[in-house]
Amino acid sequence: MNPLLRFLSQNKSLIGLVALIVAVSLASPDFLDVGNLLNVLRQTSINAVIAMGMTFVILTSGIDLSVGAILALCGAFAASLIASGSGLLIATLIALLAGLGLGAISGLIITFGAVQPFIATLVSMTVLRGAVLVFSNGTPIDASSGAASNAFGNLGAGYIFGIPIPVIAAAVVFAGCWVALTQTRFGRFVYAIGGNESVTRLSGVNVTLIKIAVYAVSGLLSALAGIILTARLESAQPNAGLGYELDAIAAVVVGGTSLAGGVGSMTGTLIGALIIGILNNALNLMDVSSYYQMIAKGSVILLAVLVDRRGAQN
Amino acid sequence: MIRNMFRVIVVAAFCCAAASAARAADKIALVVSTLNNPYFVTLADGAKAKAKELGYDLVVLDSQNDTAKELSNVEDALNQNVKALLLNPVDSAAARAGIHEAEAQKVPVLTLDRSAKGVTVASHIASDNVAGGKLAGELIVQQLGGKGNVVELQGQPGTDAARDRSNGFRQALAAAPGLKVVASQPANFDRTQGLNVMENILQAHPKVDAVFAADDEMALGAIKAIQAARLKIVVVGFDGTPDAVAAIKNGTMYATIAQQPSLIGSLGVEEADKIIKGQVPPASIPVPLKVIDKKSLGEP
Repeated sequence: MNPLLRFLSQNKSLIGLVALIVAVSLASPDFLDVGNLLNVLRQTSINAVIAMGMTFVILTSGIDLSVGAILALCGAFAASLIASGSGLLIATLIALLAGLGLGAISGLIITFGAVQPFIATLVSMTVLRGAVLVFSNGTPIDASSGAASNAFGNLGAGYIFGIPIPVIAAAVVFAGCWVALTQTRFGRFVYAIGGNESVTRLSGVNVTLIKIAVYAVSGLLSALAGIILTARLESAQPNAGLGYELDAIAAVVVGGTSLAGGVGSMTGTLIGALIIGILNNALNLMDVSSYYQMIAKGSVILLAVLVDRRGAQN
Repeated sequence: MIRNMFRVIVVAAFCCAAASAARAADKIALVVSTLNNPYFVTLADGAKAKAKELGYDLVVLDSQNDTAKELSNVEDALNQNVKALLLNPVDSAAARAGIHEAEAQKVPVLTLDRSAKGVTVASHIASDNVAGGKLAGELIVQQLGGKGNVVELQGQPGTDAARDRSNGFRQALAAAPGLKVVASQPANFDRTQGLNVMENILQAHPKVDAVFAADDEMALGAIKAIQAARLKIVVVGFDGTPDAVAAIKNGTMYATIAQQPSLIGSLGVEEADKIIKGQVPPASIPVPLKVIDKKSLGEP
């Protein structure tokens, strides 16, 4: 098969994305403006980074509900470290390691505790949401003071060669995740576990370790999203990331990854995140009334999934 | 003679002491939705101060945003023979059961800040969100001289606060035909969404003169978008949170409309006192809002 056709048949959600872009450009003349496109990419970057971690988890037929809570907690860690005068590297490194560790704990509960991923990460989500409130005392943590506050704010609002830094971060994460999933043994094991866990275990793969690793990666990327979000606002909100787990799961599923595991791709997730991001942007550009926005969002997500499923059957 | 006078004084003093002891025993309960939020802590503090001033024993019970806990709090309060119940419901629709129990025991109920649906209470004391939205609109009309493009960032669709603040804002703008609302979008009382929605709106409408955000969190998010676009836009928020006050001081935000939770609490105790003394209060008591801007903060 010619490579372009093969690419299209593997990424049917791309058709949905193109259709959405055409429809939105016709409906709103402001959409295709370069400034607006960079704006959409910047807004999408946070959900995209979380959704890429979520893709590994869902491919193993798991789920991670704790991403929003990890985002809020690690964002709060970064903000308070910056505010207390830490350097940029130390603050982001500690926040990232915290995310990695918190994700790994979910993985440990799932593997060694033999707890369903839904329940284990629901517990993590609940406990960590409480932890954010305790840590922040329920009030926003201001990150606009401290020696490294300008550099930190730049992570969210700055540009390199005219491209917003959050977009560059998301692109790097995408490249890393794509390589890990398609070019390494780790990636093949992730698919294998989602396809058939017991067969994978019997063929000598350390399933426990791989599963802990995917939740750790999801936690790490949630922490990165938390750092970007906190840097954009120069403030960590105690309720940051509320409901982000659902946006991330939606991006993964719209991108054609099966919740049953074993089937899906990183490119699909990127496309799914873009569809959701463009939709949010377009509804604002077209000044759609608040009461209709959720109906519109739900309908478009359904349409994208249906296009993908229909394609999969043919 | 002197001995008699002394006796009279002693007896009188004793009576006074007895009377004040009896008064001090008069209890009022305040069942508050949550004490995990500075707004309601301030409300409870206002009630405590007033209760102390009027000589009541105020019992404060925290419902921890849980309607079941609220009901058991109300029952616990009624068991302590309170003379009046101040209720700040967790949820308007779920407060009915507790209020019926209070009614059965002939204890007057006053709702604070949030109303109770489907029951009548002695009085409802809350800020007037419509008036607050109107106040914000009038500030913008005045600041722009009645001409220009305005953006409205709405709260969570379906909440009373979002609807009332928006309605009041629209009332004020109706009086200024020179002002055009170029976009009116929800950002769900969330700072991140305030930032994203404002960024999007600025893409479609680069010329915006003023923003009304139905709460300070959205206003602070919008300010980040405005700063990134290097624009100068009049931003008016709602609530008067410490972050908003700081933004007004450093000049990035023009004003905010502040609720007065402490006044809601103290008015609650004051009205309860009147009911206990046999008066009938108005069914609804609107608590005024105040404008916080550089002038009111005493800055140049």
